[in-house]
Order: sequence, then structure tokens, then C-alpha cells
Amino acid sequence: MTDDLRELYQEIILDHGKRPRNLRHPEDANREAKGNNPLCGDRLTVYLKVGADGAIDDVAFEGLGCAISTASASMMTEILKGKTEAEAHRLFETFQEMCTSDEFDAAAHDIEDADAIERLQVLAGVRQFPMRVKCATLAWHTMNAALEGEEKVSTE
Amino acid sequence: MSASTVAAIAPALDVAKIRRDFPILDRPVYDRRLAFLDSAASAQKPRQVIDTIRQAMEEEYANVHRGAYWLSQRATDRFETARETVARFLNAPSSDEIVFTRNTTEAINLVAASWGRTFLKEGDEVVISEIEHHANIVPWHLLKREKGIVLRVAPVDEAGNFLLDRFEDLLNDRTRLVAITHVSNAIGTIVPVAEVIRAAHRRDVPVLVDGSQAAPHMRVDVQALDADFYVFTGHKVYGPTGIGVLYGRSELLESMPPYQGGGEMIQTVSYEESTFKEPPFRFEAGTPAIVEAIGLGTAIDYLQALGWENVQANEQMLLQYATERLREIPGLRIVGTARDKAAILSFVMDCAHPHDIGTILDRSGVAIRAGHHCAQPLMERFELPATARASFGIYNTRDDVDQLTEALLQVREIFG
Repeated sequence: MTDDLRELYQEIILDHGKRPRNLRHPEDANREAKGNNPLCGDRLTVYLKVGADGAIDDVAFEGLGCAISTASASMMTEILKGKTEAEAHRLFETFQEMCTSDEFDAAAHDIEDADAIERLQVLAGVRQFPMRVKCATLAWHTMNAALEGEEKVSTE
Repeated sequence: MSASTVAAIAPALDVAKIRRDFPILDRPVYDRRLAFLDSAASAQKPRQVIDTIRQAMEEEYANVHRGAYWLSQRATDRFETARETVARFLNAPSSDEIVFTRNTTEAINLVAASWGRTFLKEGDEVVISEIEHHANIVPWHLLKREKGIVLRVAPVDEAGNFLLDRFEDLLNDRTRLVAITHVSNAIGTIVPVAEVIRAAHRRDVPVLVDGSQAAPHMRVDVQALDADFYVFTGHKVYGPTGIGVLYGRSELLESMPPYQGGGEMIQTVSYEESTFKEPPFRFEAGTPAIVEAIGLGTAIDYLQALGWENVQANEQMLLQYATERLREIPGLRIVGTARDKAAILSFVMDCAHPHDIGTILDRSGVAIRAGHHCAQPLMERFELPATARASFGIYNTRDDVDQLTEALLQVREIFG
């Protein structure tokens, strides 16, 4: 196996891909959006429960795609729980840059949760696979759309 | 026929020689030998086609049907010779029945927009099948919105076999057109179009055949089929992109209004009114894809010189060999096992999504398609989000199949 394949399909990604966390539809979700990647046919729905204080009390998703998109969605739900809406937005922007820019510098982003950045770094291997960047970012785009009150997002 | 018997016949096609004609096959990908197994999406180009296009541009290029000078006449001759080559390729009675388009998609849109808008009205029915490419679904959806036509869908069984009886049940007094694929791009099913056409013609219903995936694999004879419209695209028959073909029976083409307006397709134009040329020029507004049409002519000559029996024997041998090899892989399921099948092999694996399969194969130098193959309704029919698809052409060998099999074993290693 080539090194970049090994970096893309790290153990933690394979694990989240096979056993996604928070794969469910919370009854009390008050935000949701559907994401669609027309290129590969992946579709998923992200559910959020945002409290009056703007904190994300619960986040989950439904729908299955490739290992990368499923793992990314699963990891995202773990990371976002307890964050504020504003933090979720910043993490979305940070993650997007991480997946696309070789000059990504975590210090340039105002993220308190250093652990989240470290965990997301395992997905940064998609940089070497431009066709797969959309797989990694689909759940995040969808989450962002849900926060902004859009019902649908397409990554094409 | 066993694989070994087929293999004994196959060498009639000199694949080693063919491979030398395709420069791209020598190009390593990620330092690996390229196993190109995505010809159903677009085929590679032989040196002969590349040279023709270069030569046409370097030595004999001008606009066609316009200039009163030697170069323009020369370019026009070559362009029209290509039209005659296409007519012979399809055994069309006349090259006036050959309309050049951009691709198959445009050819079907042309029929839907010109013939469909003129002759179809609310409640009229168009019959398609479950194994259509989006190119033969969406143009009819546009007419459905505009005119209120009704689409009927002829089913396939679990193996992907086209069900002729069920198709015939759909024909009724409201049926105005059958638009059907010759070969499924997603699962390889060969549709018995001759029988389909016969059944439709018993009710005086014309038939459009989408031959995108048939033209590269088998002899097409529009007269023997009695097809009313037959469409295919250049880039899948080893020709350039940007050039496609609509064959239409002359009575039909003559009854149809222009598809687009502009230069080339007019007889006279004043500020009040235009009059239009006869087919095929009526449907070719603007400067056409000149060198692409000439290149398509060369691609057809190249393909036909190989002999259809040889091409088919080699591809069927590869299909059978690949089917056997892939069945060795635990957790792999072939999608589409129709009795009559072109060299297109769709599959899924229980351990990995087709997109992940595609990425891992890519790093092994194996190019396949992963996705819904522009056939989302068919994917829904089989309750799959996507499949991985290997498709074969004249330059493929058992080595390509072996390389595919090894890479698939690696997928299992990573995800198993």
C-alpha cells in the first residue's frame, strides 16, 4: 500500500467508517439539513439540537456514504457536541482549509479546542486526493447549512 | 463456451498491436502500469485519430460549406466524407440521414425538442426502460414539464434482463414513442432492440435507440433493426469528444423543425423570416465540430478494420475472465448478470463503498468508474447508492483483469 493511502485510511477513519457514532435521528432536533454529493451519490442528513444559549446540545446524522464521508460525519458529531454555534462555524472553516490547503496553519485559526484540531488532522490526508475532499467536507457543509437555516446543500 | 475455448479464439484480435496504437497506455499512473478499465465512460484514442486531427488542423483546415477557396473545399470534403463513413458504420441508407451533434445527449435532446415538441401533446406516452442513462430520461422530463407527456418505464429483472413481455404490456393507444438504450452503461445488459422495434412498429410507434454503449462493442445496422432514430457519441468509439451522431429516418427528419437557429442551417434570411435547409444541415446550426467529425471518421475506420467478430470475441473473453476472477473475491457481488451482456462489469463489495474502492484501485494504476453512472433510477431499482464499474475495450487484456483483481484484494486487506 502506498504511504498516502495509508495516511488516508488510518485506523481511526476505518473505525468511524465502520462504526459511525451518533448515527440516529434525535426526536428533539431543532435544526436539520440534507447534504448531497451528486458526484458519488452520497446523501446524508445532519440533525442538531441548539439550545437557547446557542450551545449545540446534540448532534447526529443519518445516511451512509463512503468511508471518508461517514468517518468525517461521525467524528464531527463527537467534536461539535457542547460547542457553541459560533465555534461550530469556526471549526467548519478551519476544517475546510485543513482539507484543501497545504499551507494550513492551525495557529492562524481561533480555535480553543486544540484536541479537536488534532483529531480532525487525521482526515487531512484527503489533500493528496482532490477527488475525495468533498467526501470529507460533506457533513460539515451540511451541518453549516443546518445552522444557517438552509434545508439542502450540494457539494457540486 | 468455457473461458479457455474463448481464449483460443480471441487472439484473432492482435491486442498487442492495438495497444501500441494507443500512446496513453504506455503512461504509468503513480508509477504503476495503467490498467484502463473505464472505456464505457470514454475510450482512449489511437494514434491514427490523433494524427488525423493534427493533420487536418495543420494542413487542411478552414470553415466548411462556406469559402470559395481550395482549403475550404478540402475541409468540406473531409467533413462530408466523415458523414459518409458514419452512414456506412450504421448501414444508413443515406448520409443525409446523419446529423452531427455534440454527443449522444445532444442528439436525444434534439429529437425531444424538435420531434417531441412538434408531435407530442398532453397525455401522450413515451416508453423508456429502467436501465436508461440520464441522457435518455431528462430530455423526456423536460417535455413532461412543458407538454404534460407521460413517461412509462419498462422493467428489468433482478439479473438485469430486459423483460420484453412487460415492455409490450406498456404499449397502448397513447404510446407515441419508445426511447430505449441498446446496451446499459451501468450493468451491461444488451436490450433486444430488434424485438422492441418490431413490437413498437406493430402499433406504428417510432423508436429511438440510444446506442452510446452499443456502437463501441457490436455491429449496428439501422436498416436491419428498422430503427427510426439511432444515436451514439464519438468519444466512446475511440474518437474525439465534442462529436456525436443522430441517425434519423429521412421522412422523420424532413418532418422536423430546426433544433437551433443560426448560420449553416438556413436557405435564406431576411429580417422578417428565414427558410431552412434540408436535413441534415437544418439541424446543424453554426460552425460544426469540423476536425472532431473528421477524427470520428478515422476512429470508425480503425474500429471496423479490426473486424467485429474479433472485437467481440476478445471482449466477451475478457468479460467472462473478469467475472470469474471477481467471483473469487470474498464479499464481492456482481450487479447485473443478464444473459446478453456487453463487456461492462458492475460490482459492489460488502466491506467498502465504491468510492473507496475507486481510490484504492487508482493508486494501483487501475482506472474504473465509481458512482451512480448517470443512472440514478437504476441504482434505486437495485437499492444501491453506487457501484464500481470496470468496462472493457479493444485494448484490454487479461493482465488488466489480473491487476484489477489484485487491487481488489488490497481493498479487502484495508477494509476487510
